[in-house]
Amino acid sequence: MKKPLQLFLTFFKIGTFTLGGGYAMLSMVEKAVVDQKKWIPNDEFWDMIAVVQSLPGVFAVNTALYVGHRVAGTKGAFAAMLGAIIPSITIILLLATVFREYRDQPVVERIFKGIRPCVVALILAPSLRMIKSAKVTWKTAIIPIATVFLIWWCKISPAYIILAAIAGSLIYAVIINRKAKKTEAEP
Amino acid sequence: MIYLQLLWVFVKIGVLGFGGGYAMLSLIQHEVVEHYAWMTTTEFADMVAISQMTPGPISINLATYVGYTAGGFGGSLLASFALCLPSVIMVYFILKLFMSKKNNTLMNNTLKGLKPAIAGLIFAAGLSMMNLQNFPDFGRGQYNISVIICILAFVASYFFKANPILLIVLSGVVGFFAY
Repeated sequence: MKKPLQLFLTFFKIGTFTLGGGYAMLSMVEKAVVDQKKWIPNDEFWDMIAVVQSLPGVFAVNTALYVGHRVAGTKGAFAAMLGAIIPSITIILLLATVFREYRDQPVVERIFKGIRPCVVALILAPSLRMIKSAKVTWKTAIIPIATVFLIWWCKISPAYIILAAIAGSLIYAVIINRKAKKTEAEP
Repeated sequence: MIYLQLLWVFVKIGVLGFGGGYAMLSLIQHEVVEHYAWMTTTEFADMVAISQMTPGPISINLATYVGYTAGGFGGSLLASFALCLPSVIMVYFILKLFMSKKNNTLMNNTLKGLKPAIAGLIFAAGLSMMNLQNFPDFGRGQYNISVIICILAFVASYFFKANPILLIVLSGVVGFFAY
């Protein structure tokens, strides 16, 4: 079988069977790409994931594009990407037509009335966990608080917040890099 | 016109979507519910639940559904591909740049700095969904079932890392019997 087709099928399978987003997918990709097909050596794969994780966009798509490109060039990149997203698109399109038909049914409405507050909790919980893992101190707490205030209260687009945060963090990162270099040079 | 809007919105989300699916969710919520009003806040909440329960990336699932709601079948394909477009460009032009160790450290440090803002972003999306549409019994009647569901789900998710799909199913069952 040609490599682009194999890539398509591999990612199609992963896209069809992974619940719970990008990171759940990662171990399946590793198993298929590193262990079974031996397309990419283990250490290179994880180096690549470290880079892909810091990029914007859909993590699963970025991973598929990179693996595909690395294994079989442009054709491989597109084959892997399509494999990763076609199951999602198909399932949602099928569900969307059904859901819009039955949304107003009292039974469906009752079920979703219970689900909506749960969704709100499912969004709030990871954001707080993220604050914990980002090691936000009382001094830096101003950043998430200001963000919440600007978006929720002032209705400012999150896009501007992200742009401003990128600019700020980039300056901060450059300063850290310089400091690290200085301490390297001095002793 | 609707196609151009969908293209612009989802390319923007693809470029600025740092920090995973939930971070993108806050961008999508702002554009789709608040700015363009393609969806109501309840429809968005329903869709997040469905995206969470179906396989595949949450953001692709959401893009497909939003595109379908706003522009039919063509809209759904357009929105999903628009979301992927920046990634495609990145693989060719930017990835090589980041593969060098120096640039990668810089990028990782930048991302670390971004994290508190992204956390705030996601929290704001959750807050924006705390309204009477999603909590219809708030302040009416003696039992605020929606508030109880939200608090219990939050505790289960934050402290016990409960499986989100399980929580959604349980909340649906509670809703079925309680309303």
